Amino acid sequence: MDEETVEIQGRIFYQMVAIKDCILVQNLEVHQVAERVEALGQFVMKTRRTLKGHGNKVLCMDWCKDKRRIVSSSQDGKVIVWDSFTTNKEHAVTMPCTWVMACAYAPSGCAIACGGLDNKCSVYPLTFDKNENMAAKKKSVAMHTNYLSACSFTNSDMQILTASGDGTCALWDVESGQLLQSFHGHGADVLCLDLAPSETGNTFVSGGCDKKAMVWDMRSGQCVQAFETHESDINSVRYYPSGDAFASGSDDATCRLYDLRADREVSIYSKESIIFGASSVDFSLSGRLLFAGYNDYTINVWDVLKGSRVSILFGHENRVSTLRVSPDGTAFCSGSWDHTLRVWA
Amino acid sequence: MWGWGEAGRNSPSRPPFAQMERVVVSMQDPDQGVEMRNQRLRITVIPHTVAGSDVVDWLVQKYCISEEEALHLGTLLVQHGYLYSLRSPRSLVLRPDDTPYRFQTPYFWTSTLWPAAELDYAIYLTKKNIRKQGALVGHEKEHYDQLHRKINHTWDLVVMQAREQLRAAKQRRKGDRLVIACQEQTYWLVNRPPPGVPSVLEQGPERSSCTAGRVQMTKNTEFYKREMERCRKALTRARVKSSICLEAYLKFSSQHGPHDPIMSGCLPSNPWVTDDDTYWIMNAPSVAVPTKLRVERWGFSFQELLEDPLGRAHFMDFLRTEFSAENLSFWEACEELRHGGQAQVHAMVDAVYQQFLAPGAARWVNIDSRTMERTLEGLQQPHRYVLDDAQLHIYMLMKKDSYPRFLKSSTYKDLLAEAVIPPEAKRRVFPFMRKPRHSSPSPALLPASTSGEPVAAASGPECGDGGT
Repeated sequence: MDEETVEIQGRIFYQMVAIKDCILVQNLEVHQVAERVEALGQFVMKTRRTLKGHGNKVLCMDWCKDKRRIVSSSQDGKVIVWDSFTTNKEHAVTMPCTWVMACAYAPSGCAIACGGLDNKCSVYPLTFDKNENMAAKKKSVAMHTNYLSACSFTNSDMQILTASGDGTCALWDVESGQLLQSFHGHGADVLCLDLAPSETGNTFVSGGCDKKAMVWDMRSGQCVQAFETHESDINSVRYYPSGDAFASGSDDATCRLYDLRADREVSIYSKESIIFGASSVDFSLSGRLLFAGYNDYTINVWDVLKGSRVSILFGHENRVSTLRVSPDGTAFCSGSWDHTLRVWA
Repeated sequence: MWGWGEAGRNSPSRPPFAQMERVVVSMQDPDQGVEMRNQRLRITVIPHTVAGSDVVDWLVQKYCISEEEALHLGTLLVQHGYLYSLRSPRSLVLRPDDTPYRFQTPYFWTSTLWPAAELDYAIYLTKKNIRKQGALVGHEKEHYDQLHRKINHTWDLVVMQAREQLRAAKQRRKGDRLVIACQEQTYWLVNRPPPGVPSVLEQGPERSSCTAGRVQMTKNTEFYKREMERCRKALTRARVKSSICLEAYLKFSSQHGPHDPIMSGCLPSNPWVTDDDTYWIMNAPSVAVPTKLRVERWGFSFQELLEDPLGRAHFMDFLRTEFSAENLSFWEACEELRHGGQAQVHAMVDAVYQQFLAPGAARWVNIDSRTMERTLEGLQQPHRYVLDDAQLHIYMLMKKDSYPRFLKSSTYKDLLAEAVIPPEAKRRVFPFMRKPRHSSPSPALLPASTSGEPVAAASGPECGDGGT
């Protein structure tokens, strides 16, 4: 079979899959099932902590497993570790680059990872030794050919998963900096990723500027599922707590829920009055609520099952760029271009 | 880095101009739009003005949203230059009262005149300078001086244009002159905001539409063969009906609802709300007596049991009574291998083999012969996933066999019976008496645990003795 034939065949298959996806997208079933669910009562969440200390836009944050510490990174290269319960800053390091768009807390709580326009992901062990300069022990782990947009430790401090503007994701060994696996398939910048809370498998989902959300097998490097129903860049992806589905937030001002076993989009969270892009999403512990931060400075809270909006939270004075629910679900933290982070409960 | 590329392209998180324009266009609909009136301004009458409160009301009606949200959306429209105040055009704020506003003419929409041209800005500033000497102050004066230096060679052109525009303006009626001045000023307020005012047009790093820095995938035969395989799999994949999936969400959410602090609260209280961290102390990773909710969760799924270090420890104790503790130890060792450092892979595989798989091993695990055969074969060339099959086999064994027995065992039942239900914290009588917020030892302070320990074992700090 010559090259041209293979190419044509490939394109035909691709179109068939795309058509299949279009036919199946219907939201009717969601609402029929969700009718049996009780509506949620009055919803009150307030800012309980405001973390001030960044001198510029906050771009990313992550929680420590101890449920109270967080790491945050900003446009001016500063990465800060806070005990957000007391609002004390515990560590601070200045990266040699600006726009630190990704940061992550190690599972042990003993290190953080971050990166951005330097195209790298670096790991900093956290130390309380006053004589030690945090930057001195910095370890350069990942190397991409374009900006780093997201990073996450896997189940241990020893491996890091990264996403980059060069269109790929990659898995790295922290100790040696060795590339363990790379993931090719996105047709444009990859903007976000999330690891699956699966009991047996190793999969993760990524979202990119090609409007696609792709699910990957970490072991083989292959894409196992892909979803393409968003109309613009996907800024954030997050798994539903059971691991059977994931939500995405996009510049098309919608959030969507994709089910992995049904292999399709099953719900869309949008409202005519919401016209700005969603920058980051996360679920509450039970998966009933979806919190989404938007570029219009607000946070919208969605009822995942009913598809309706439960509440809108005001407070930030510029874009909400990052949002994560705490590990025990008692609160969520949002970071914004207004230089602050807020913990809501 | 700050460029937006070609106009109309889905650029890096650019403001949703098209969507905002749709809103303001429907606001100006003669039948369905906001009520327009003539506004007397000093001695002129300006037509087609709208009151701030009417704008808010219209948004409330049209989108079924609250006044707060409508005001917020309206304010964004003003900040992006789609509406301007006649009385105080310098302030990009929407007042929900009878303050008169006007809709920006499409000519001066940011999306129309994009990008804002330096030359136009120079002309604008020059006009201001000519009209009134010393009118330029602050950042405008700075920009003016900068531009004068930069495009010095064509400055005559700038001055000529400025003079021409001023002359043409004088020919207009006073009302029109005022309006055009407001329109132009609004455009420049949005595109060249004064320092201290965050620009709504600020963008993140450019999301490259070009392929520089992009890892190229050669679209050769191999690539298409792989794509075809993926598509074939996608087409023939067994799909679960979405209604069944949704039932699963219902079940999951209702089962976990009482455990979701945001949905159902938490006892004794949510630390973020009351500043009391007792909740964290009582749910610390290793605590003498776990709470009832926590013990209940161990019964939801095997995964939940294993994820909780306390649950896992009790399960291990139970397995010891059944003489099958080596299964869990084997599983943990495999997890360590999978998530461990690359340099340790060989040594770990060896250690696991010696301890659990070799004939006559001290803690031999019972794997079916086929899996054992495959595993032994794979051990010829060890890698971090070489024990996956064996690990999965043992995992399913525990999940289907030992786990259900654990849940029925007296061990578990006793744990449930002895588990605590924390009393709800008494409301503080004096709201202004803030509780001191206890600090807690950072996980980074603990003596370094052996690297590569799986997460569930290397847990967070003991919050039990946080502060006094």
